[in-house]
Amino acid sequence: MTKTKSILAALAVGLLASTSALAGDVRIMWYSDGVEGEVLKELLDRFMKENPGINVILDNVSYSVVREQLPVQLEAGAGPDIARVTNLKAQSQHWLDLRPLVGDAAYWDENFGAQADWMRPDGSNQISGFMTQITLSGGFANKTLFDQAGVAIPGKDATWDDWAKAASEVAQNQQVPFAMALDRSGHRLTGPVLSYGANYIGADGKPAPLDQGSKDFLTKFIGWIEDGTMSKDVWVSAAGSTYRAAADDFINGQLVYYYSGSWQVPNFSTKIGSNFDWVATGSPCGPVNCTGMPGGAGLVAIKYTKNPTEVAKVMDYLAREDIVKEFSERTLFLPAHKGLLAKGLDFKTDDAQAKEALNVFVSATGSLSELAQKLPGWFWSDTFYGAMVTRVSQAAAGEMTADEAFTRIDADIAAKVKDSGL
Amino acid sequence: MSRIVRFLTRRRGGKGWHWTDIVTWTWLVGGLLIMFGPAVWLVGSSFKSPAALAEFPPTILPYVTQKVTVEGYDKPLDLYEATLEDGSTVVLAEVRRIGVMSQMVDPAKPGEIIKVNIAKRTPVREMSFATENYTEPFTHFDFVRYLWNSVFVTVTATLITLVVNSMAAFALSKYEFRGRTVAMLLILATLMVPLSVIMVPLYSIVSALGLFNSLWGVILPTVATPTGVFILRQYMLTIPDELVDAARMDKASEWQIYWRIILPLTAPALAVLAIFSVVWRWNDFLWPLIVLSRKELYTLQVGLSIYSGELNVQWHFILAMTVVTMIPVVLVFIFLQRFITTGIAGTGLK
Amino acid sequence: MRMDESGRSGLSQIAMMPIHFLMGVLDAPLRWLQRATGINGMAAFFLLPNMMIFGVFVLLPFFINFAYSMTGGTALFLPDRSFVGADQYARLFDCGSYIDPGSCAEDTFWTAVRNTGWFVVLQVTLMILVSLVTALILNRELMARSFWRAVFFFPVLLSPVVVGLIWKWILQRQGLLNFGLYSLGFDPHVWLNDRNWSFAATIGVSIWAHMGFYTLILLAGLQAIPKDLYEAAEMDGTRPARAFWRITLPLLMPNLLVVVVLVLIRAVQIFDEVYVLTGGGPGTSTLYLTQYIYETGFAAQLRNPGLAAAASILMGAVLVVLTLLQLGLGRSEKKGGRK
Repeated sequence: MTKTKSILAALAVGLLASTSALAGDVRIMWYSDGVEGEVLKELLDRFMKENPGINVILDNVSYSVVREQLPVQLEAGAGPDIARVTNLKAQSQHWLDLRPLVGDAAYWDENFGAQADWMRPDGSNQISGFMTQITLSGGFANKTLFDQAGVAIPGKDATWDDWAKAASEVAQNQQVPFAMALDRSGHRLTGPVLSYGANYIGADGKPAPLDQGSKDFLTKFIGWIEDGTMSKDVWVSAAGSTYRAAADDFINGQLVYYYSGSWQVPNFSTKIGSNFDWVATGSPCGPVNCTGMPGGAGLVAIKYTKNPTEVAKVMDYLAREDIVKEFSERTLFLPAHKGLLAKGLDFKTDDAQAKEALNVFVSATGSLSELAQKLPGWFWSDTFYGAMVTRVSQAAAGEMTADEAFTRIDADIAAKVKDSGL
Repeated sequence: MSRIVRFLTRRRGGKGWHWTDIVTWTWLVGGLLIMFGPAVWLVGSSFKSPAALAEFPPTILPYVTQKVTVEGYDKPLDLYEATLEDGSTVVLAEVRRIGVMSQMVDPAKPGEIIKVNIAKRTPVREMSFATENYTEPFTHFDFVRYLWNSVFVTVTATLITLVVNSMAAFALSKYEFRGRTVAMLLILATLMVPLSVIMVPLYSIVSALGLFNSLWGVILPTVATPTGVFILRQYMLTIPDELVDAARMDKASEWQIYWRIILPLTAPALAVLAIFSVVWRWNDFLWPLIVLSRKELYTLQVGLSIYSGELNVQWHFILAMTVVTMIPVVLVFIFLQRFITTGIAGTGLK
Repeated sequence: MRMDESGRSGLSQIAMMPIHFLMGVLDAPLRWLQRATGINGMAAFFLLPNMMIFGVFVLLPFFINFAYSMTGGTALFLPDRSFVGADQYARLFDCGSYIDPGSCAEDTFWTAVRNTGWFVVLQVTLMILVSLVTALILNRELMARSFWRAVFFFPVLLSPVVVGLIWKWILQRQGLLNFGLYSLGFDPHVWLNDRNWSFAATIGVSIWAHMGFYTLILLAGLQAIPKDLYEAAEMDGTRPARAFWRITLPLLMPNLLVVVVLVLIRAVQIFDEVYVLTGGGPGTSTLYLTQYIYETGFAAQLRNPGLAAAASILMGAVLVVLTLLQLGLGRSEKKGGRK
């Protein structure tokens, strides 16, 4: 037996030898919603040709690994050297400060400064990384269905009620199952909730109980699910805070108005093709304003890296204006780079609808409320989103009333705050 | 021919159709549809383009709109069957669509534009297998590496399982010692602790042992299977103790008794365990996903999960790669299925 | 056929040669060990590798889990966590009334408990019935029996994720089932939006995926029943139904017991297929215990490993009690039969 073991051990050593980290290795943990992984790989290949001493390894993973497993690694003081992450603020104590390492910190501050606070510990001036893409929530309308029904598409200042009315009319006229749908996501709900005047942040910076603005929209939303204006499918298709999208229904022409976000543009462009006309509409208005929610994924360096200099070099390269430009144009992502946004981009698509839609989103960044821009950098956002999704979907499934859901949301958030000991 | 018919309709006692015959064949044919139908559907869907996957009503086989190259147009155009105002039906190619009106041309007479309401046209479809669902992942998916990792994990884990489980089963069936029942109960108690429940502690142990991001971190936690020990022990209990005693008289060492006498006699049960172990380890997903986050260590199951993004899941690739990962398991089953049934029948599970 | 098999065994003998050599080399040190420990001492040696792996990767995590259930906070590793005694258990049991999950502080936990309870009762009953009927049918004189056996066994080979995926594509709004209804002229139904259908689907799918395994165990038991017992019964003029109750069922009891225990344990732990199929929805109607534990302890944004551990300890306790009860019942029945 001992012999078998030693043979196995030898095998193990052989196997590990081929995987052990070399001095110049930089590992990037990356998840993909579309082609961005392939684009990044090409960009990195070019980087390695220019910098023969640095070996960048791109680990493509599923999003669930980033969400569930990376935090565990980080807490154990391990993990990759660079990662593409969405939960940026709550894990900011694990990010590496690139300020002393990057070539030109002023360039970073100038071009990525607007989102720097989303990914650094409160009160520091750390450069943790940059946003690979800025997303903005917003609506999409199936123009062909509107045309066929002879209903005019609501204008720029249309309210949620206007959209609900118009979409229902179209759905009825055209015999499609869904008038409206909104992704099963707290982030998506937050846009309209803010436009009803809500504020999540309490005076002490911790979550406040649901205020009247939140309750107003959520009550309306639950009512819409009950009367069939809003698609029920997405919201009841899971328990807990799991994310679900209604994109397939929209692509399939079964949905009149879909509130999702800018990241759907490349998806729609490839899957809808010329089946019908669609337009991006920005966010409908509430009584207070017409805000959507910004968001996105950031590429951050991780504190536990053994090769900080090499990591900084890779980050410097990926943040370079021409690289960001190429990456965004090929992936159809909205970049975070300020200088680049000022100059404008030439998205690599021959789909006029997609280009038009991307421009709508770029201009919609102007109507973001102050609070909406603050929330991505707020520590408790995800806690708030999670509780909201869990309970609103239970109310949507008829398991509890809206008022019970509100009580539960407050209780869930309070319990989380207490657990965290902060 | 008549012999075949007689064979096919052979039934209880051979005298007419008894009600149990009807129940039997309904059950079997229904079972065939329910058991195999879904898998056939999966394989069929894996050949559909992303757009076709989202389509309702779905088609069993993959179809796409037929395209035609028309003189004067750079790109191939989609073909439609359109109903004209005079009620006649013609096949036309669509140039562009503006709102609800479609501008079409007759492929034979490319000069003249015909306007048709889009409600009055249906696409002409042809069958087309989206083989790129299979070929494309191979170009940006290190298939050979993942396959090797999967094979390595499966084979190593199965070998270790067979050795350590059979040794334990030998001790638990052929020796009298204090704590034997306790040991057996402890092992059986493992059945009650599913992985998803002890994930956090197990993770801390694996990372403390430095097995994180190592294939051994996937292999070791799975090899001491309670089911294996249980099956093998039950089988060994049926081997007469006299054989062991006689060997001891002949001065055989305990080790020799184990591998010269007990192991060969336990072969059918070992075969069953081997097959199950291969299937289990090949299909393992949740645990490898947690332990392995470096691409050179991915197993196939982990590899195919990279198509699940935050906002989008690329189903067409996932379905195709799922079919690919199913193939080895199905092959193992086809070639070894006689061992499974005879083995279980003999494992003393009676 | 004979030729073929001897050829194969010749080949396998060559393949076995290095293994035989290895085992032979191991023999000398082990003889020495045997002299030191005595024959019965060797039992410990044979048990050791299995028990070591088992101890490190199963038993130890289990005890650590118990320790977790006594700690609070969101930190993931034990040393960083604060001791809170039985607080987590108290939180789980903080209820106005145990019948109404809505009155509990951890209402999700109790919903999961209630759902799991119903699931176990219905799934175990149906699984046993379906496997037994299938085994009885496969035990008849059938043409191509091994083919039919394979048909029912086939889904056992699929990974739970694939099983969940396949059925999702069938049951969803735009799935195969609705397509079938649609083409037959019926109205499609959104199965997975419907609490009852969705619950039924989780039961049906888990039976679909695992029944083959249990069918085989039962079939093995049926084939071990001597045929002459039935012949004797027939000669006595016993009706087939009576023969089933008096011969088949009692002799099948030991296998049936194994099956009941295994089905029960797996039913309480149901997770992967359902997680992919319904995600616990609609609402929380198919949220089962393991998913609750997984999400609370591992997948939530602010995880609470202590609460998850406490819930898993409770689940383990229930399982042990149920299993012991089963085994106890089986033993007393066996004794009754011997009389």
